[in-house]
Amino acid sequence: MLKIGRRDFLVSGTAASASAAIGVQGLGQILFSKEARAAIGDTLTIAYNVAPPSWDPNIGPSSTNPSLQTIYRTIYDTYMMQREDLTLAPGIIDQWSWNADKSAISLRVRQNGTWHDGKPVTPEDIVWNLRRLTDASLGAPLQVSFAGLKNFKIDGQTITMDMTQPWRATMLERLAFLGCFLLAPHHHEKVGKEGFERAPMGSGPYKFDQYERGSFLRLKAHPGYWGGKPLFETVIFKIVTDAASRVAEIERGSSHVTMDLQYEEYDRLRQKSGLSGVAAPTTDIAMMFFHSTGPMADINVRKAAMHAVDKKLIVDRLLRGYGKPVDTLSVPQEKVFDQGIVTQYDPKLAAELLAKSGYSREKPIEFTVQTTRGFRPKDYEIVQAIVEMWRQVGIKGNIEVYEPAKHFELRMSHKLAPAAFYVWGNSMGDPETSIASAIRSVSPHSSWKSPDVDAIADPLFGERDEQKRIAGYQRLNRYVAENGYLFPLFQIYQPVVFKSELDFKPHLAGYVLPTAFGRK
Amino acid sequence: MTVSYLLRRLLFTLPTILGVIVIVFVLLRVVPGDPIAMMIGSEATPEDIQRLREVYGLDKSIPHQFVVYLGNLLTGDFGTSISLKQNALTLVLGRLPATLELAIVAMVIAVACGLALALVATYWRKSWVSPVIDAFDSIALSIPEFLWALLLVLAFGVLFANLPISGRFDPARQTDFVTQFYLFESLLRGRFADALDLLRYLLLPALALALPLMAIISRVLSGSLREALGQDYILLARVKGFSAARVLLRHALPNALLPTITITGVHFIFLVGGTVLVELIFSYPGIGNMLFGAAMNRDLPLIQSVTIVFALLFIGLNFLIDLSYTLVNPRVKVG
Repeated sequence: MLKIGRRDFLVSGTAASASAAIGVQGLGQILFSKEARAAIGDTLTIAYNVAPPSWDPNIGPSSTNPSLQTIYRTIYDTYMMQREDLTLAPGIIDQWSWNADKSAISLRVRQNGTWHDGKPVTPEDIVWNLRRLTDASLGAPLQVSFAGLKNFKIDGQTITMDMTQPWRATMLERLAFLGCFLLAPHHHEKVGKEGFERAPMGSGPYKFDQYERGSFLRLKAHPGYWGGKPLFETVIFKIVTDAASRVAEIERGSSHVTMDLQYEEYDRLRQKSGLSGVAAPTTDIAMMFFHSTGPMADINVRKAAMHAVDKKLIVDRLLRGYGKPVDTLSVPQEKVFDQGIVTQYDPKLAAELLAKSGYSREKPIEFTVQTTRGFRPKDYEIVQAIVEMWRQVGIKGNIEVYEPAKHFELRMSHKLAPAAFYVWGNSMGDPETSIASAIRSVSPHSSWKSPDVDAIADPLFGERDEQKRIAGYQRLNRYVAENGYLFPLFQIYQPVVFKSELDFKPHLAGYVLPTAFGRK
Repeated sequence: MTVSYLLRRLLFTLPTILGVIVIVFVLLRVVPGDPIAMMIGSEATPEDIQRLREVYGLDKSIPHQFVVYLGNLLTGDFGTSISLKQNALTLVLGRLPATLELAIVAMVIAVACGLALALVATYWRKSWVSPVIDAFDSIALSIPEFLWALLLVLAFGVLFANLPISGRFDPARQTDFVTQFYLFESLLRGRFADALDLLRYLLLPALALALPLMAIISRVLSGSLREALGQDYILLARVKGFSAARVLLRHALPNALLPTITITGVHFIFLVGGTVLVELIFSYPGIGNMLFGAAMNRDLPLIQSVTIVFALLFIGLNFLIDLSYTLVNPRVKVG
């Protein structure tokens, strides 16, 4: 065996002691220095789940990504605002109206709006943004929705424009929704597209301070905000895409707010001292697309697939009660919601319907069911539960897991499987962007395509009488439910955990806006 | 080593790079996921979809797209990111330093700890210390980086909440870095408070990456050291009366290092590859984190740029490793 010599021992010992003295001091500083466990002073820190790819919220994929709305709405104003219940509220545009025959819109620009550099928001600035919104050459995915806006005229603080074809009853609501954020024209023209990506400027409650891409976004209160100076001087969005890390962030106190957690974690966290939670309903609906060809062309199979599923059981067991079963593609908070549309859980009826088409538990109908796994809370487990319920009545569902990107590609090319799980978001709260988008044949988002539906849905796009329009959509919802063209499952609740010192006002669209937080 | 050898080696890398470009380009067009499908609104008509394809250069046939892409690459144009709307190469090069700093710190930790463990295990190879280190190595090696990352988040992020678990530096800190090499820059500029802050944020992700490599280094070096200790020249050294530590450090270690250097170099490449998930878990703003976002958005130009830069990095590292053999061991001939 090797022995340690005296000299070796002394030399090694001295070296080790010296290293230890230096190392321990350094390591001590690293390990035990001031932790970013900030008390809520002037800074609100939010552990957020999505990083904004671009600071142009109107062009490119960012413009259609609902998850980015919270951050965009913190920096930019939309033309009008959306209240927590999704009704329109004054924003930079403080008055809006249609003309009598709904062929023109007028918008009044508020007097006291300012860009983040202090310059006033003028009607010319708004028209610059409107022209950009309708410019086909920019490649904005939502441009087609606004292509009917033409002939912008300014008179004092008021802008008028014609609403030509494609005419949209929801044009005013759309101006408070996706892709309608106001950018500072003078700044955009001065710094250019790439410069704007480095230093964006809007007129929202918080102004851009620093963005460490993929790590954090630091914002400072906009003192000239028309709605009054925001409560927190600084807002930090920590970009924490991993759900376990978000839980750790709030649990250790280095963030004050987080969201998009598993419901088990939500329940655990909100019971901890110093933390509170809200799981509020949103307009997101978990649903299943049915394909209009193949096995789902048989109405008995479709209806059986719907009657066989106990949605309440899924919500109670898998989502710990945080959800509400729905039978149409609308939620109770929407004006189109019709509580008379009900698809009963009735496995006996499901079996009878299948028997009519010659299927049974012994001789089941077999088809593929597509789902993501881990993209939405419990998505795969929900589909597993559904497949098991189907098995009980005579449907054999073969689960195929795919990525969201593949879902979108298959959906656009009308190649989804006979059944495909998806979460439909409708932050505008109008049936035009829910049932109509999900079911019209011309929509690239529909999987069921049939002329009978189009005959009901298409005329509603041109309907100028609001009552008739909503009644028409209620009729469409009932027709779709009766024929089982798509399968709504449940309304999704958004879990938000935050420090107990804070108050939080949830938004039906699921936004977690810094301005929705107050101090107790 | 001659200049002609270096040039020849560089020339040989060109087909590899071209191969990577072709494979990445074709694979990205073959795998499911259409970037246009992910961004269109519900009212988009086939004409609108076609217009968007034209805007993003996706309307042409794959061979046509490839020729255009290759032509652009030759002029240094890697394309514009679809989701970030900036020059793809600029974006990648902007993030690369963060990943390199993370990989280098992880490497330093792995080498220092692996070396120390191997020496301790060899020195006390007949006591209980050696099997304990062996067991520790086995555990460190059998758990992948991303799982270490999650364990470290739990241990140091929640249970003993002393270290930050997300980001690269304190978001409340005002910074004015000139380069993207924040840690090296702050050290060079003598801004030790910044360096310390950066190290605090680096420690956990670097440790997650370092642990498996550390175990490999410890294992390989221990084996080599034990083999070396059985050689005649070691016996001679002992006969001469040198102390055990001197025999180990001065005589056995230099001869045992070569296989360790080789394996460390090769595994450094895997370590860089392993940053993707670790960066994601720690929200560390490196190239891996960017690659994940690009893949989710099917941002083809950005994915291509990240992959090509990764490939260039790997080829460069391999090249350097090959060269280092000749420097460390003159018996290895070049050419």
